[in-house]
Amino acid sequence: MGRRTPLFAIHESTGARIVEFGGWDMPLHYGSLLAEHHAVRRSAGVFDVSHMCIVDLEGTEARPLLRTLFANDVGKITARGKALYGCLLNERGGVIDDLIVYYLGEQWFRAVVNAGTRDKDLEWIRRHAVDFGVTVTERTDLAMLAVQGPAAREQVAALLTRAGAERALALEAFFGAEIDGWFVSRTGYTGEDGFEVMLPAAQAQSLWRALTTAGVVPCGLGARDTLRLEAGMNLYGHDMDEHTTALESGLAWTVAMSPGRAFIGREALEAQRARGVERKLVGLVLQERGVLRAHQRVIAHAAGEGEITSGTYSPTLERSIALARVPALALGPVQVEVRGKLLDARVVKPPFVRHGKSLID
Amino acid sequence: MSKVPTDLKYTRTHEWLRTLPDGTVEVGITDHAQHALGDLVFVDVPESGRTVSPGEPFAVVESVKAASDVYAPVSGEVIEGNPALVGAPETLNSDPYGGGWLARLRVTGTSGALLSAAEYEKLTAEEAD
Repeated sequence: MGRRTPLFAIHESTGARIVEFGGWDMPLHYGSLLAEHHAVRRSAGVFDVSHMCIVDLEGTEARPLLRTLFANDVGKITARGKALYGCLLNERGGVIDDLIVYYLGEQWFRAVVNAGTRDKDLEWIRRHAVDFGVTVTERTDLAMLAVQGPAAREQVAALLTRAGAERALALEAFFGAEIDGWFVSRTGYTGEDGFEVMLPAAQAQSLWRALTTAGVVPCGLGARDTLRLEAGMNLYGHDMDEHTTALESGLAWTVAMSPGRAFIGREALEAQRARGVERKLVGLVLQERGVLRAHQRVIAHAAGEGEITSGTYSPTLERSIALARVPALALGPVQVEVRGKLLDARVVKPPFVRHGKSLID
Repeated sequence: MSKVPTDLKYTRTHEWLRTLPDGTVEVGITDHAQHALGDLVFVDVPESGRTVSPGEPFAVVESVKAASDVYAPVSGEVIEGNPALVGAPETLNSDPYGGGWLARLRVTGTSGALLSAAEYEKLTAEEAD
C-alpha cells in the first residue's frame, strides 16, 4: 500500500481506479479517461495533486541558495507571488527534478517538487541549505488541488469571498497569492487556464466536494498525462532524468545563463553547448493509425536514431503524439518502429494543443 | 459486475467465442477485459486468410495507456476482421459482445482450453481478490 492523500476516501468511494504513482495510491481515472480529458479542454476538471511535495525555504539567504541550486534565475522574480519553472541540476547538468518556485517574501520561497523524487530532492536541498542557513520545511499539512480548464477559474472564484474572488480573478498567469486562507496560483500542467490551490489538508475534502457538486469533473492521473503531453510539457523520469541534460530535454528556455551566476550544472551545460548539443527533445505526430509509446525506436534517416520518451493517443487531435529524444539534426519526416512495423511520423515543435486548440498543421 | 453471457465460451486470457449457426466462430474480448483496459482508442484486427493457432496473438487493442494482445482461442483461418472497429474502437467498450466482435474464424483444428460462463465468472472473481 502506498501513501494516501486526504482525498483518498473520496476517490475510492467515487469509483476511481487506483494505481501506485511515486509511492502514492492515486486515482488513474474515475470511469473514462477520455471524458475527463475533454472536460478539461472544454469546461473544467479537478485533479488531486496532494502527492506533490511542497517545500518552504526560509531565511535571509533563501534567494542566494536558490540562485545556486535552481537553473532558472530566481533573481528574475521580485514581485510577491510570482512563480518560476525550472530544474535542479547535478554537476553534470543532468536533471535531478523539475519544479516550480514561488517568491513569497524576501526570506520565503516555496518550491513544489515531484512526488517520485521527494526523498532525493529534500536531501539535495537540505544538504546545500545548511551552508546558507536556510530552513527547509516540507508542508505535509497542505493538500493541493489543480482546477483546470476554460471555466476553472470562475469555478474556484465562486467558492471564495467576494473580495477573495476579485483578487483570484485578477491574478496574472504564473502568479499566486494567499487568498481566504488558501494559496491560489494561476498555474497548471494541462495547457489550459486554471488555478492550483494549496490549502490545509483538513479542508481538501470540502473543496473537492464543492467543486464537483458545481459540475467540475474529477480527473485522474491518466488525463493529467494526456493533457500535459498535448501541452508539450515534460514528465520527470520519462522525458528527462539525471542522465540527460536540460539542453537535451527541451529545457534550455528554463536555464538562465545570467553572467556571473554560479549555479550547479552551469559548467557542464556551457561545455556541452561549446561542444555542440548532440540530441534534442522534439514532438512527433504519427501520420498513420497506431499509438506511439515510450521507448519505441525513432529512425531519423541520415540524422541517426532516437527514442520516444513519452507517447500517447491525443484525445484532442484524435491521433497519436509523442515526445522523443532524437539526433540534433533530425527534422521533418521520420519513422517509428511500432510493434515490429515502421510507421511514418513527423517532427514538430511542441506544444501540440494550447487552450483547446490544435497547434499542429 | 461485468456481464458474462451464458451462451458464450471464454478463455483465461479474457477472449469470448461464439459459435454461429454455420459452424464458424466469432471472437472478441470480454466486458471484464474492456473495463480493465479503459477507453480503447486503437484496434488492429487480423487480415482475412491468416491462419492462427490457440494462444497466438492475432489482434491488438490499445487504450490511452497501453497496448494489449488478443489471443486466438482456437486454430483456424480468419474469415474477416471487424472493419467497423477501425474507425470506432470505442465500440469495444460500449458493446463488447455485439458490435465489438474482433474477428470471424473458420475452425480448422483444436481449440485451446475454453471456459464456460460460470468458470469464467469464477476466474474474474478470483482475479479481483
